[in-house]
Amino acid sequence: MIRLTYEPFDAGALLSEFCRGRSEVGAIASFTGLARAEAGSTTILELEAYPGFTEAEIGRIADRARARFGLDDVLVLHRAGKIAPGDAVVFVATAARHRRAAFEACDFLMDYLKSRAPFWKKEHGPDGARWIEPHARDHIDLARWEKETTK
Amino acid sequence: MARVLLFGRLSDVAGWRDREIESPFLSVLRRQLSAEDAALGEALAGPGVQVALDQVIVRGDAPLNARTEVAFLPPMSGG
Repeated sequence: MIRLTYEPFDAGALLSEFCRGRSEVGAIASFTGLARAEAGSTTILELEAYPGFTEAEIGRIADRARARFGLDDVLVLHRAGKIAPGDAVVFVATAARHRRAAFEACDFLMDYLKSRAPFWKKEHGPDGARWIEPHARDHIDLARWEKETTK
Repeated sequence: MARVLLFGRLSDVAGWRDREIESPFLSVLRRQLSAEDAALGEALAGPGVQVALDQVIVRGDAPLNARTEVAFLPPMSGG
């Protein structure tokens, strides 16, 4: 399931709900990304989405993860709007028969969400606001998976 | 009238986010926007800026109809 939300969410509750009623999956991995204060330089993290398109693109990323790692289930919940430091920005959970697939799928999903999901990030702080674009590191992270595909 | 949407820093450069503009082709729309606002024209042609027509990424030129939603998308950064 893919969801975009403008409200704070409880990652623990989502994980409990995601684990419920599964007798065959064997492994569930999850990742929660939090907004950082950056030593006081960020008071609010603002994420702009393109409703409809954003969910559809995340859905395509999730479909790739599902096929590549043979997942039983995937959940991606992503915040948009104004986010306070310490609040969750993204929650990803993956269910698979064995742990390796669940772990790797979480890693894959986060690498793709970082630079392929339609969000635009602005940090607001005491010195004003600035747009954050993907870092070189994000592209290197993504390249790991692309390389493996062509092996 | 195409509906033009600007995301991320592009809307800050332009000072608007959402406008109706009459234009037959994407290439013509780009020229119209540049003629009106050179800074925006430059930002739209910048590295990594993609275009979606009715929420599908396109490369190159394409015709626009009265209801086409044209979105200019700077480099994305989620997670």
